[in-house]
Amino acid sequence: MKFTMSWLKEHLETKHKDTQIIDKLTDVGLEVESFENISSDFDNFKVAKIINAEQHPNADRLRVCDVDIGQQNIVKVVCGAPNAKKDLLTVYAGPGSVIPKNNMKLTISKIRGVTSYGMLCSESELKLSDESEGITELKPGKYSDKIGKNFFKHNTEKVVDLSITPNRPDCLGVRGIARDLAAAGAGKLKNISHKKINNGGSQNIKVSIVKDKNQGCTIFGSCLIKGVTNKESPKWLKEKIESLGQKPISAIVDITNYVMLDLNRPLHAYDADKIDKEIIVRNSKKGETFEALDNKEYKLDDGMCVISDKSGVLGLGGVIGGTRSGTELKTKNILLESAYFIPRSIRKTSKLLNIDTDAKFRFERGIDPQSIETGLIKASRLISEICGGKISKFDIQKIKQYKNSEIKFNISLFEKITGFKVKENEIIKILNNLGFKVSKKKSELNLSVPSWRPDISQPIDIVEEVVRIKGYENIETIEPKKNRLKDTLNKQQKLFHFLQRSVASKGYLETITWSFTDARINNLFRENLKEVKIVNPISSDLNVLRNSIFSNLVFYLKKNLDRGFKDISLFEIGPIFKNNQPGEQLTIIGAIKSGKISRLNWNEKERSVDIFDVKKDLIQTLMEAGYDKQSFFIRDKSPTYYHPGKSGSLYLDKDDIDPVAYFGELHPNIVKRLDIKTEGVVGFEIYLDYLKDNKIKLKDQKTNFEYSDYQKSERDFAFVVDKNYKAQDLIEIISSIDKNLIRSIKIFDIYEGENIPDGKKSIALNVTIQSSEKTLEENDLEKINKLIISTVESKSGAKIRS
Amino acid sequence: MSDIKKIRDEYLIKLDNNLDTESVNQIKTELFGKNGQISNSFKTLGSLPNDERKKFASELNSIKDELQEKINSKLQEIEIKEINSKLENEKLDVTLPEREIKQGKIHPVSQVIDEISSIFSEIGFSVEEGPDVENEHYNFTALNTPDNHPARDMHDTFYLDNNKEILLRTHTSPVQVRTMLNGKPPFKIIAPGRTYRSDSDQTHSPMFHQVEGLHIDKDINMGHLKGCLNYFIKSFFEVDKIKMRFRPSHFPFTEPSAEVDIGYELKDGKIVIGEGDKWLEILGCGMVHPNVLKNVNVNPDKYQGYAFGIGIDRLGMLKYGINDLRAFFETDYRWLNHFGFDPLDVPSNYRGLSR
Repeated sequence: MKFTMSWLKEHLETKHKDTQIIDKLTDVGLEVESFENISSDFDNFKVAKIINAEQHPNADRLRVCDVDIGQQNIVKVVCGAPNAKKDLLTVYAGPGSVIPKNNMKLTISKIRGVTSYGMLCSESELKLSDESEGITELKPGKYSDKIGKNFFKHNTEKVVDLSITPNRPDCLGVRGIARDLAAAGAGKLKNISHKKINNGGSQNIKVSIVKDKNQGCTIFGSCLIKGVTNKESPKWLKEKIESLGQKPISAIVDITNYVMLDLNRPLHAYDADKIDKEIIVRNSKKGETFEALDNKEYKLDDGMCVISDKSGVLGLGGVIGGTRSGTELKTKNILLESAYFIPRSIRKTSKLLNIDTDAKFRFERGIDPQSIETGLIKASRLISEICGGKISKFDIQKIKQYKNSEIKFNISLFEKITGFKVKENEIIKILNNLGFKVSKKKSELNLSVPSWRPDISQPIDIVEEVVRIKGYENIETIEPKKNRLKDTLNKQQKLFHFLQRSVASKGYLETITWSFTDARINNLFRENLKEVKIVNPISSDLNVLRNSIFSNLVFYLKKNLDRGFKDISLFEIGPIFKNNQPGEQLTIIGAIKSGKISRLNWNEKERSVDIFDVKKDLIQTLMEAGYDKQSFFIRDKSPTYYHPGKSGSLYLDKDDIDPVAYFGELHPNIVKRLDIKTEGVVGFEIYLDYLKDNKIKLKDQKTNFEYSDYQKSERDFAFVVDKNYKAQDLIEIISSIDKNLIRSIKIFDIYEGENIPDGKKSIALNVTIQSSEKTLEENDLEKINKLIISTVESKSGAKIRS
Repeated sequence: MSDIKKIRDEYLIKLDNNLDTESVNQIKTELFGKNGQISNSFKTLGSLPNDERKKFASELNSIKDELQEKINSKLQEIEIKEINSKLENEKLDVTLPEREIKQGKIHPVSQVIDEISSIFSEIGFSVEEGPDVENEHYNFTALNTPDNHPARDMHDTFYLDNNKEILLRTHTSPVQVRTMLNGKPPFKIIAPGRTYRSDSDQTHSPMFHQVEGLHIDKDINMGHLKGCLNYFIKSFFEVDKIKMRFRPSHFPFTEPSAEVDIGYELKDGKIVIGEGDKWLEILGCGMVHPNVLKNVNVNPDKYQGYAFGIGIDRLGMLKYGINDLRAFFETDYRWLNHFGFDPLDVPSNYRGLSR
């Protein structure tokens, strides 16, 4: 909402300085977006004359113009407009100017090899009109002696731009703003003059509101003004309209706009001679069409509120008028409309048709239903003053009565909510100034809410009115108490934070990527989850919610590889989506690693990253989080985006149904498909939701400290097993032979090849044996030795290698 | 008798010479070998008369000990010398680089969330979470923003179905609704998380992070809201004094509503939070609207309180001097390394928020 200070002062009698008013606006909740001198930006636009125009040497459609910009300065400007000819008077914008239409800042630039100093502007670029075909043509009579002068009038008026919250339609008019300022002590609200207008004669175009279901129009007020001479607006009116950055059109249109901006009372003027017999306000029928004032043809649905005549739709009530009945300069008789449209209906219609107009914006937020006549009076008087004509009696059709809403307000509520006290008479004064009618009944106030405040419906709204006018600075600052009733984080949240830092401590950089991704990449990792499409994505490559955390990680891995990084470790902790309902999401850690370990290191042999790097990071992370490695169980099943032979899943316990993690090498087909160039890509995923809650607190987890000082013995074994036989099974067999004696098992060699039959491999392991009761004798050791060999051979089909 | 003293003196002098291990061993044999001089002297003991024997034996033993000790210390001395001279040749270039270091990092948003949680933890807030996918009821309607409300236009919403019933939450406020529906007052929670709006330019990102705050009890008023936010902002920016301004504003789910600005100044092109004369908007807040309380079955005549919503990414940008919001989510390895935090640098009340 824009307005000038002088306009404001038409409604507000004040001695406050501009800066004080600006502060006050902020204090009462009318946020000031900007407060600027309108002229300053426009000083760069000069009246100029083309003194020579030649064909551009390298472009058919461009001309190189010598432009006289005054004070004997001639500059070269490259221009593409067909009307850029010798002797044309036009508007020149120098380097540094900002073009009003697109906010583009001009610089000196070379256009196809010819340097251009600035630009010649079209009317559309200057926001004077929609004319964009050629550059502005100025009339020689008026402008020939003004070459070099500012094109825009030097207006020292400052324009305030407010960002009005949706609850305050009343402040979409200058008067509403003045009222708030007056209530807050920044002056006095001037009275609207109630000088009677001289009207008479009947409004003889019949108006009817059809009682359709959900009729969007409840009041339709109108008057006829006969014998007008529509013309350019007088200077004062034009300046008002221009000061807000709008373009003047004709007196009649400008007057209706002016009243709208002044009182937030939208009006519409019809050319009365173009109305076929009568006005019928009704619901539209499906398929009806009409051409609106934005020159677009709209096809209507059922049930939209239309203003029509015998021939069809004239306009969408409260949204946009139609071309058929629009006023022109030659219009002689007008029908002026001042109506009330229901916000819900306006919103529905404009959403469906995707129309946004000033009127729609206002009706959607709620227009004062009691301002019908005020609007008619103000506008018809101005029209008859400026354009002449005779005003008829007002015709007001109503299908609903609007009464001011009533609120009972208990004064104690104010202190209860705000924490501070305001005296009763001060509360009453504030409310009076805001337009409330107040009557007192014991500790309760009976309030009649002004009709322009649709946002106020209950006592809490009154608290807000009083506190914002009184000032938020009166609210005291109560120091918070430092006591805690509940743990800050629950177990799952603690786990989240722990795992996050645990993974990072292993050399991974944490990243955060969008929760959405490219469907094509997502499909590589989707498995059998449902694709969750976004109906209105910001771009076609961010069109689905991610089903896996890898899609984005792999995408950004590639980006970083393309930047020249080689050995990358990235991870993200966040949601993946199983389906499109609330809650159908899982929290995952995804980590990915590429390239080599110890690349170009002088004392270590470099090698490509492999599955056992990530397996270590995964297992260590889970151990650090308190899970018992001894009960972990690995299976070689994993999602299809992993290398089928070089990946696995991890279960917290052998008997668990769901794995808590996957790890392995990324499937070579995906690496190829996404064109990822590196020595290797490995990764792991942890499913936080499947990690069992470690119910026992750490203090209860610690058992008695038991240890043995008896001598340890180590024995080496090598077993020949089937090539597909799992080391994990071998370890399990051996460790379960005697849990008291067998303390640790280490695999120190895997061998295939010479001396080992085809389809077999040799697993060499070292077993540490120690008793907690005695030093083992040679024959004890021999016994356990034999037991290990015989048990392994019988349970696994292995053969001890001799 | 004087013989053995002579032997002793003679060998002690010998052993003081610069000898190698071999020569010392030679001396050892000369003295204590099978026919060594000391060994032989012991053999003579038997032939001595009783009274002399005792005296001679005692003398002989002490000389034996003395010589043995001298030999051992000589051998040790030689050994140390040999090791030292060997070490002379084992000198490494210690300026050569160590084995590969891979330093991981925590994303600034995660760090800031931990800082926020730590601050609110101290004044008794606990952390709640909610789903990223929401239905239109929890995201809007229950929050007093019915379908026909123009305030819905303030949020550019991503929808997951054509009926516009399922969406990506546009703010963390639905967590308020879920928390209150699932529990009984009092409520004192914060809810950090991802939020989404279909808006993308230099200063808007289609995904960003918010933290919601909610405190509902019998007598919580706007003074408590002011106190809580004042405490939070001071703690977060780690400054003693902060200029704060509450401005009336409008959110459908709070009444009265406010936007909060903090004072700042520009020093060398950097924003310094504190007492400057410029204002920066950082959050929205207000007293929870009675309609919202009714919607979640909390009696607004008995309970009241405040709620607030803060942009986490923006807080991080201000505190750590990060200029570009979009860079938060672009996974540039250089950026993550530059702005990331060491994983061991966990914000806490007793260690302080940041190093």
